[in-house]
Amino acid sequence: MSSVGITGYGAYIPRLRLSRKAVAQANAWFAPQLLARARGSRAMANWDEDSITLAVAAARDCLGTADEDRAALRSVLLASGTLPFAARLNAGVACAALRLPESVRAADLAGSQTAAPAGLAQALAAARSGGDTLLLAADTRRTRAGSAQELDYGDAAAALRLGAGPLLAECLGEAAITADFVDHFRLAGEDIDYHWEERWVRDEGIAGLMPRVIARALEAAALRPEQIDRFIFPSTFARLDAQLARQCGLRAEAVADNLADSVGDSGAAHGLLLLAAALEQAQPGQLILLAQFGNGGQAFVFRATARINEFRPRRGVGGWLARGVEETHYTRFLAYKEQLALERGMRGEQDRKTALTTYYRHREAIAGLVAGRCRHTGEVHFPPSRISYTQGAPAQDTQEPHPLAERQASVLSWSAEYLSFHLSPPHQYGQVDFDGGGRILMDFTDVAPGDIASGTRVEMVFRIKDNDELRGFRRYFWKATPVRGTAAAEA
Amino acid sequence: MSMGIRDKVAILGMGCSRFGERWDSSPEDLMVEAYNEAMADAGIAPEQIGAAWFSTHMEDVGTGRGGIPMSVALRLPNIAVTRIENFCAGGSEAIRSAVYAVAAGACDIALALGVEKLKDTGYGGLPMAAVGTYIPQWSPNAVAPANFAQLASAYRARHRVDPALLKRAIAHVSVKSHANGAKNPKAHLRKEITEEQCLKAPIIAEPLGLFDCCGVSDGAAAVIVTRPDIARSLGRKDLVTFKALQSAVSNGWEMQSSEWDGSYVHTARVAARKAYAEAGVSKPRQQIGMTEVHDCFSITELVTMEDLFLAEEGGAVRDVLDGVFDAEGQVPCQIDGGLKCFGHPVGASGIRMLYEMYLQLLGRAGPRQLKQPKLGLIHNLGGQPAQNVCSVSIVGLEGA
Repeated sequence: MSSVGITGYGAYIPRLRLSRKAVAQANAWFAPQLLARARGSRAMANWDEDSITLAVAAARDCLGTADEDRAALRSVLLASGTLPFAARLNAGVACAALRLPESVRAADLAGSQTAAPAGLAQALAAARSGGDTLLLAADTRRTRAGSAQELDYGDAAAALRLGAGPLLAECLGEAAITADFVDHFRLAGEDIDYHWEERWVRDEGIAGLMPRVIARALEAAALRPEQIDRFIFPSTFARLDAQLARQCGLRAEAVADNLADSVGDSGAAHGLLLLAAALEQAQPGQLILLAQFGNGGQAFVFRATARINEFRPRRGVGGWLARGVEETHYTRFLAYKEQLALERGMRGEQDRKTALTTYYRHREAIAGLVAGRCRHTGEVHFPPSRISYTQGAPAQDTQEPHPLAERQASVLSWSAEYLSFHLSPPHQYGQVDFDGGGRILMDFTDVAPGDIASGTRVEMVFRIKDNDELRGFRRYFWKATPVRGTAAAEA
Repeated sequence: MSMGIRDKVAILGMGCSRFGERWDSSPEDLMVEAYNEAMADAGIAPEQIGAAWFSTHMEDVGTGRGGIPMSVALRLPNIAVTRIENFCAGGSEAIRSAVYAVAAGACDIALALGVEKLKDTGYGGLPMAAVGTYIPQWSPNAVAPANFAQLASAYRARHRVDPALLKRAIAHVSVKSHANGAKNPKAHLRKEITEEQCLKAPIIAEPLGLFDCCGVSDGAAAVIVTRPDIARSLGRKDLVTFKALQSAVSNGWEMQSSEWDGSYVHTARVAARKAYAEAGVSKPRQQIGMTEVHDCFSITELVTMEDLFLAEEGGAVRDVLDGVFDAEGQVPCQIDGGLKCFGHPVGASGIRMLYEMYLQLLGRAGPRQLKQPKLGLIHNLGGQPAQNVCSVSIVGLEGA
């Protein structure tokens, strides 16, 4: 059997990092026991982020900017327990934003925390029969105010590209156990998980099931436990990864940092996120074991190839970690999770109906941020149009598709207003001029007052544009955010 | 160039309602108020009106669509009534339509009336305008203050103006307008304000504070136009005539290309050049005696002084602070108080601006009366700096 494995990886961690101390202190009157575990911060999606936008950001981190890389993809899988749409292909939104070829087969994977490992197994199988898969995993879970999960969970996404080569890490073995062990559940239509007793989950579930699946994966890879250099096991139980390692005969120093202090547990995404972090630091020959628990368990063994250092995600886990800003407003977190109804004023009543016919007609411009470039003058038009704006000499039907999403831009003019209803006031927007031409009046996101000025360099991010609460629809578009340090610069 | 409109059409009568929070008045009441005054001024009967144009912008408040609401409110004798909607410049567009109809000889007497009832929205400020099904899918849900505030950021960058200095200059714009408006019984806001009040007011859209934004009010204004010979036959002696009526509409160049630097309003310059040519004005700062400009925000007025060639490019900050556009200055601006004090009942504003010019030219402006102005300029802007409808009109006494 030919070698298959990982050919690219990426991650995304939202910029906001909610201070656990702020959460615990706000809830101390009600849940004083949480003060003891209020260490570090957890990643928190901005109001305009959801599992789709997080997944797109991770995909861009993995894929780089070159179109050719994307054209070779055969399939896209999006794994998440918090897909925004119950009916509509969520992965399809990501494909449109990433401008993937229409021949791509896309599917959503949901239902269990092991949706991502299930996708990983599928992608590896597909790779064996020839074909690259982009596996995306993202979660933005809701929790109850004053719960342990509120502190433990975090919002994040990861992306893996899987294929037959050139490999960064080869899959040496894999195994799965399916068991209807219900440590937590959530009925369709509900939005918060219900958990059974932790001690049972730990002792009967994890300690009972995971050693068996890990042993089988190691056996498939023909490896002994002590040979493993990096052991990844996402869990919100403190030090359970180390206990499991001991139980399985894995070396204590092999246990990977689970990013609990900085990100929190990102649900369906967390295994892949930790794998992406491990790959960033892996050396050729290093053996990585990824195990994930959930209605059974799954395990994969990878060996970093000689090429492991030839690839770098655009920012990677390290880069995203360094870009965080501490958020100390607990009510902001609740509001963004739609658990706190803020006064919107009458301006917040505006209808946000989306004409789906219009969207489909202009899907390349809206979802893909594709402008029209005049083949004679080089002038860039957004949105694209039949007649060019060339003053005094408009040309007709001369525009060719000109993608803008991977281009940077400069702010021409801007304002920050406190008038309209906006979940991150002041609402900031302005005219941005793209490198290579093109101008768009755009929203700025991930910004605080003072972050935007005339001349500020910005880059594009795919975000929620509007929520249509009347009909239960959500539309997406691109926003500008200041160019901030890269992983390399911050490492 | 075409023959133009100069001196071909005269104003027969004008009316303007009191502007303000007219809680007790419906849009129909406001229309009747302006119409009655205009008809009494013109001294004609409804049957003498050949056609009418009706300017109103908002459909979700006020009267709704079409020409019917005006025909019904005024019980017009089954003449043609056409609704005009061209953003905030609709009032000037209604005037242009009526004047052109008369100039063409299609009718002898025409009526243009604008009304807006904004205080039935339930909140301050303008409602969000519908912009079709495509634009909302990508363009920010922008509000007018932030669209116009961008002029300030680009103007600062272009002319390297210290933000504090620009803030002080636009404060002066509002202080001046309030001083003027305080003398006008039809204005909405009739209190003088200080520079300090302006500078310390809460920020609405950086850098615009509360006093940098015009008021929001209800109001209506009407004008009846005819040919000068008909006006004279009806006993009118001093005639205010139209010297120029120009309008320039953006075609997307400012908004989409990277050539426009955002620090001025392109269409205003286009319309101003054409209007000066049509009116035979070669030295605007010397020849224009007064202006009513679209001061929806203080920064708009400051930039407009340059766009109308009444100040040099980059020189408006100095001129404003020097008082060039104050009531006693060389080119008084917003002598009636402007949008700042009248508020901006969208469809009525352009006609309200003409009303002040008409009063001033006929010497009827009472305590605000300027000393023998000859030509007055009206600048009426709809949309946003990056994409708009801009109307520039010049009026004066016949033969001036």
